[in-house]
Amino acid sequence: MKTKLQNKIALNIIRIIAALVVLILLFLLGDILISGVPHISWHFLTSASQSFESGGGIGVQLFNSIYLLLLTLIISFPISLGAGIFLSEYAPKNLFTSIVRMAIEVLSSLPSVVVGLFGFLLFVVQFQMGFSILSGAIALTFFNLPLLTRNIEESLRAVPDLQREAGMSLGLSKWRTVMRVILPEALPGIVTGVVLGAGRVFGEAAALIYTAGQSATNIDFGNWNPFNAASPLNLMRPAETLAVHIWKINSEGVMPDASAVSAGASAVLIIVVLLFNIFARIIGNSLYRKLTATK
Amino acid sequence: MDPIKKKIQSNSRETRQDLFGKIVTYTCIALIVLVVLSIFVFVASKGMATFFVNKANFWDFLSGKNWNPTMLDSKGSPMLGALPMITGSFGVTILAVLFATPFAIGTALYMTEIASGKGERILQSVIELLVGIPSVVYGFIGLSVIVPFVRNYIGGSGYGILSGSFVLFVMVLPTVTSMTVDSLRAVPRFYKEASLALGATKWQTIYKVILRSSTSGILTAIIFGMARAFGEALAVQMVIGNAAIMPTSLLSSASTLTSVLTMGIGNTVMGTVANNALWSLALILLLMSLFFNIVVRLIGRKGRM
Repeated sequence: MKTKLQNKIALNIIRIIAALVVLILLFLLGDILISGVPHISWHFLTSASQSFESGGGIGVQLFNSIYLLLLTLIISFPISLGAGIFLSEYAPKNLFTSIVRMAIEVLSSLPSVVVGLFGFLLFVVQFQMGFSILSGAIALTFFNLPLLTRNIEESLRAVPDLQREAGMSLGLSKWRTVMRVILPEALPGIVTGVVLGAGRVFGEAAALIYTAGQSATNIDFGNWNPFNAASPLNLMRPAETLAVHIWKINSEGVMPDASAVSAGASAVLIIVVLLFNIFARIIGNSLYRKLTATK
Repeated sequence: MDPIKKKIQSNSRETRQDLFGKIVTYTCIALIVLVVLSIFVFVASKGMATFFVNKANFWDFLSGKNWNPTMLDSKGSPMLGALPMITGSFGVTILAVLFATPFAIGTALYMTEIASGKGERILQSVIELLVGIPSVVYGFIGLSVIVPFVRNYIGGSGYGILSGSFVLFVMVLPTVTSMTVDSLRAVPRFYKEASLALGATKWQTIYKVILRSSTSGILTAIIFGMARAFGEALAVQMVIGNAAIMPTSLLSSASTLTSVLTMGIGNTVMGTVANNALWSLALILLLMSLFFNIVVRLIGRKGRM
């Protein structure tokens, strides 16, 4: 009887713990969404931010975040694709490979502040690029590389060896087998990983404070010449992202409606991450269906 | 030379393709290794400058309680006591993980052992979403919910180590939970079946079989949570109060290595003592993350045996 009672008590405690966790998390999420969503309007999403008066929006920051994300993906995807292919297809079993794996693990566990400071030291100060989108994108690349590499390696590894043997026996080179046979089959997994990683990059702030800067210069959305200083596409302008904006207005405390703006911006960030999660699943599934011709 | 001989003796198209592939992939991987090495070299050389260029005493740096890099102490060396920040960092990390571990293990057990398929899927997607939420948002939640809560119901100004560890608890919980779930799922099914067939109750099976055989995985999850908490900058900085003094209680303003870094780097001039001292703090962060990495490796090796 005693063990049965024990069993009952223990299982109920586990249930209570799980319920508590769900309650805490839903309460915090709900709090942000309930206080933030009413602030989201077309005006809020598109207008420029204000420093000392209320009523500012997050238009420039939102654009900066998206632009920075695209740049980061353009830089980091090819590198991590090559690195992922190396690890899953070419890597010999020797000291070099284990050092490489160790390096990637260390990079992925580095605090993002340290990555940001390194970017600040090397690009902003040493190479005199100043606080710029480009410095920010490179810092985010360092932050994104290990995750993406590991995801690509795992997706490639999940392809059965039968495919590799089939390619080889047709007389294809190993490189061609990888590019034409293995990679297409691994594509759904890779795309899912890229989109999920994009969600993380979108919300990163600590690595950006000292690389992309904390100021949103006025940009002119009519001017799309990348070499003009006021152009949205200019790579060398300082660019405050949405996440950095939330941090800055809360720690400066000069904006009268800081908490309302940050609630709205936080809600936007949460919704974007949610969308990324959903998109990752939908795109992954539909690619898989398309490539494997299953229904 | 006749064309056939030439064709046989030169490399085939496939060999050239393979060479190309090798060069491309080796370049990519070399780039990543180069990045990691240069991060270490740059941060270490900057962080060491405090001790070699500015002649600060290494031991005083670790154990001193006064952090005021622009002032000189009685011996004429700058006041660089990093103990308040080191205490703050370890304080919030250890407290956050102490809070988070039982909740994470409980939730993970519920998901893998008790919940039905539907409940498990819902919890799984909630946790996945929470893992992806940016840390600034957690910081803002801390500022707008946790700080007032602590101020009104527990005491103090609301800013301090306790609020910092609450924020980190919420942040670390999803990560630790999802990793614990992975390690619980990796327990072979027949372990559970054998235990139940011997007449053990569900709780006995969980406690004596499942938790025992996934110990190394759960430990890894906890260490990962600690590493994340230790390196988190903005969320903690927003709620801890940022006073670089020795914390006297959990409710008094304090600071962590990361919070001092984020506040200070922009306000100091490159090459000065104050700036170099901040880089020494960054070096401590770097070494701690290396340490966490090594611990994870050791646990993994032990788990495999």
